[in-house]
Amino acid sequence: MTRVHDMGGRFGDGPVLPEAADAAVFAEDWHARALAVTLACGALGQWNIDTSRHARERLSPRDYTRFSYYEKWISALADLLVEKGVLTREDLAGQGAAGLHALAERALKAQNVAQALARGGPADRDGGPAVRFHPGQAVRTRLPADNALADGGHTRLPQYAAGAQGYILRLHGTHVLPDSSAHGLGEAPEPLYAVRFHASTLWAHPEHPDDEVILDLWQSYLEPL
Amino acid sequence: MPHDHPDHPHTLLPPEPALRVKALETILVQKGLIDPAALEEIIDTYQNRIGPQNGARVVAKAWSDPVFKAALLADADPVLAELGYYGRQGEHMVVVENTPAQHNMVVCTLCSCYPWPLLGIPPGWYKSDAYRARAVREPRKVLADFGVTLPGGTSVRVWDSTAEVRYLVLPMRPEGTEGLGEDELAALVTRDSMIGTGLAQVPA
Repeated sequence: MTRVHDMGGRFGDGPVLPEAADAAVFAEDWHARALAVTLACGALGQWNIDTSRHARERLSPRDYTRFSYYEKWISALADLLVEKGVLTREDLAGQGAAGLHALAERALKAQNVAQALARGGPADRDGGPAVRFHPGQAVRTRLPADNALADGGHTRLPQYAAGAQGYILRLHGTHVLPDSSAHGLGEAPEPLYAVRFHASTLWAHPEHPDDEVILDLWQSYLEPL
Repeated sequence: MPHDHPDHPHTLLPPEPALRVKALETILVQKGLIDPAALEEIIDTYQNRIGPQNGARVVAKAWSDPVFKAALLADADPVLAELGYYGRQGEHMVVVENTPAQHNMVVCTLCSCYPWPLLGIPPGWYKSDAYRARAVREPRKVLADFGVTLPGGTSVRVWDSTAEVRYLVLPMRPEGTEGLGEDELAALVTRDSMIGTGLAQVPA
């Protein structure tokens, strides 16, 4: 089984409700604060993007479903800060030690924000296993979709595309494997491919015979056919 | 290894979301772990400086310059970097072109991956359960929610952003825009047309 965030293909969610093109970037002030606090904490260097995604996914299904978007962010951030030992439960309860934190010297300063955001965090790496598949080649995705390295762990193979036949569309290069990176097991970079699936392979009632879904999938998610 | 906490630490913070953010921010500031001025800088960047106007400029240039367009579709990263569009959540870009035969649409079913340097912070609907759940299974019904109907001869490709690659849709250039310059063209390029849930505007 995967987790509650893995909702691609799910039924019953109702219409998508588009906003006006000129709607505010942040509907509420606290949304902006939640985003900024999360990004600033990331700069402390205590986790990576895969760890932080997994922290949101590990919210209980009840919380994940009832929380709004930035509630998920801020709640998962609080969980991660405690899990990584940056804050204590006493800190969150308002009963923590006073004074500067040992990591305070790493805090992101205003004058470094532009540079930090512009630098980003590229996921491509040198090395890794040899490229195994070529464009056009038929492949099948892993079934079950679960993380093979950690029980209940982070993975980027959605349930709806598990065990499905697809075709290699392009090679993106060699990228950090989230299934490993999210769990402190190293970056374990692997070739990453865009893989093309016929909608009729994924869904019992596809909307159109020529429609396709493309997913970016790591080499270890795939086997040759 | 993953640890599931039945008593998630976030429950120690106030439940009301605005207060929860404020409480955590206050604790982090007191410990010197975050700098309030840095928060303002981050918010200002995404509220005022980085947004869909960046992507619109790229699209208008691609419509105007066939050599640029060919390079953009072949290998977007160096082309975008030259225009200054690189950074967090846009480190690995792929641009996909809409044609009369094929319409492209982008989603992230697992979270909310989106090309920040070109489109800014994603709109609420892009992050909604309904869009994440439905875009891969019934893209044409989702397009109908946006008032878009595709001809029967157009196939749909939905790109589920499952890795650190980010996708930008190059919408079709509208009819009647032959004489327009890049600035005028950019004004026709909506955010939704670069996600694939809309079409570029037709000049009035």
